[in-house]
Amino acid sequence: MDRPLSAKPPLIACRGVGKRWETAGGTVTALDGIDLLVDRREFVVFLGPSGCGKSTLLYLIAGLEQLTSGTISSGGAEVTGPGTDRGLIFQESSLFPWMSVGENVTFGLKLRGMGTDERRSLAADLLRKVGLADAADKRPDQLSGGMRQRAAMARALALRPEVLLLDEPFAALDVQTRSKMQDFLIEVWRESGASMLFVTHHIDEAVGLADRVVVFTARPGRIKSIVPVDLPRPRDPRSPAFHALSDHLTDLLRDEVDRAFAEQERVA
Amino acid sequence: MKALPLSAGALPAVASTTVRRVRSVRGVAVAFWWVLSIGCFAGLWEAAWAVGWADPLLLPPPHIFLAHFSDQAQAFSSSDVIGEVSTDSAYLALLTTIVASSLRVIAGLALGFTCSVGMGLLIRYFKPFGNITLPTITLLAPISPIAWLPVAIFIFGIGNPPAIFMVFISLFFVMTLSTISQIDAVSRTYLNVGAIMGASRRQLFLHVIIPAILPSLFMTLRMNLFGAWMVVLVAEATGVGSGLGQIVMLARNTFNSSLSFFTMTLIGLVGFLFDVALRQIQNRVLFWVPPSAVGRL
Ligand SMILES: Nc1ncnc2c1ncn2[C@@H]1O[C@H](COP(=O)(O)OP(=O)(O)O)[C@@H](O)[C@H]1O
Ligand SMILES: [Mg+2]
Repeated sequence: MDRPLSAKPPLIACRGVGKRWETAGGTVTALDGIDLLVDRREFVVFLGPSGCGKSTLLYLIAGLEQLTSGTISSGGAEVTGPGTDRGLIFQESSLFPWMSVGENVTFGLKLRGMGTDERRSLAADLLRKVGLADAADKRPDQLSGGMRQRAAMARALALRPEVLLLDEPFAALDVQTRSKMQDFLIEVWRESGASMLFVTHHIDEAVGLADRVVVFTARPGRIKSIVPVDLPRPRDPRSPAFHALSDHLTDLLRDEVDRAFAEQERVA
Repeated sequence: MKALPLSAGALPAVASTTVRRVRSVRGVAVAFWWVLSIGCFAGLWEAAWAVGWADPLLLPPPHIFLAHFSDQAQAFSSSDVIGEVSTDSAYLALLTTIVASSLRVIAGLALGFTCSVGMGLLIRYFKPFGNITLPTITLLAPISPIAWLPVAIFIFGIGNPPAIFMVFISLFFVMTLSTISQIDAVSRTYLNVGAIMGASRRQLFLHVIIPAILPSLFMTLRMNLFGAWMVVLVAEATGVGSGLGQIVMLARNTFNSSLSFFTMTLIGLVGFLFDVALRQIQNRVLFWVPPSAVGRL
């Protein structure tokens, strides 16, 4: 699925990426032969049935897991571990409960030896950017789910990453909050100039956000198809073009979800 | 009552008054059940005495063993003073005894907690160190602390050290193993956040693993508090020379049942106050424990 879209070198390049998990129950092939290039400032969404390896691919790119075949590079350098060029946002709340929101947001800078005063003023800036101006001294459990995810974004942005990896970041939020957060994410994307790699299993979320949607097959995860979304932003979920695209993705996904179900029944 | 200083402060004034009212109503209810529970217990005992079931020499009811407070306190004066002791100095002796036992418990707990958490961290931080020490620790852990008593006396003789050692040993192995299992159970997400943010192994331990495990280790400490009191009493009874445990032994040897129950009441109260104190520390310092895990009065 290489795609000479632009002459500029891609930010993230996955070539022949495969991942097998060795578990007590045997070997699970989570990913197989993934080829994917992500441009700078591009918004790419991973869409696929649950268990197809979307999170696994994100973690591989983040450098948190070791791949079993192929190569991944970021900004031209091979990925061998985590790096500040890649920020990661988790599905569940990942703020440390023993730190204030402000301390959480500047945790990465603390690790780099930045002093308390400097961090305090930077935390205020970062939190203002994500609409949490007054939250610096609060405890994470005093924030709502949506606010916590925004704080997590501020924490990732503090290290000025070139790509944000988001693993179903809004899955635990209610529908209204989710839609607000999607708008908010687009703003963050525009302002930060970072690329976005966003995992979801919500079709409308994919169409609403993506420049390109990468559709995965059921396990082992392969790329089934890459669907460009050429709708102007802000996108209207009620427009016919939006519907057409989401219908198309629904069709692509349905076979895979059926296959995933059949597999689960066979195993059970 | 569990204190929630931060969250209450964050609420608007009106809401916080309501919260305070709700809390004080709940406080009254808690106090009511405390009084009723203890009242019933003492009442039944008194009733058993009144109808003649409880022999006042063997099972003296509270109004008897608490009545002669100053007489009881006499027993706490050091045993080489013969004859009448002034009431004032008797009270002082009583206080000294309680403080002596308490300090032993505190010293043992503090030492045991620091050493075992440190040990657990070292075991997980330096793998070879873990390999060489863990099997021995696992083997020593099931030995009852009471079995260590002779060892304590062989090594430390008489005085404070053997009693403190006993508390230490009653905590050390349990807490070391607990520290290790807590380290292994630290949320994958927290470790991933640390890694993503670029934490070194040392920073990961310092900023993620230690704060993540401390609250539950403190819970383990609290659960071992009563065990610590038990071994201190045993150590004191067998020859440390002073303390509440020695008084219990004295009561036994002189067949003084009133003194025995009186001392038991003191031990119960002091132990309870210790638990309250530890709970306060936990609420203040380790505020990130989920309230359900803190436990209530
Ligand atoms: N740490 C792991 N150890 C073993 N197997 C794993 C691990 N993480 C994921 N898997 C397996 O890999 C497959 C893909 O998982 P995942 O990437 O989480 O899927 P998705 O995010 O698309 O739902 C699943 O079958 C899952 O059970
Ligand atoms: Mg997933």
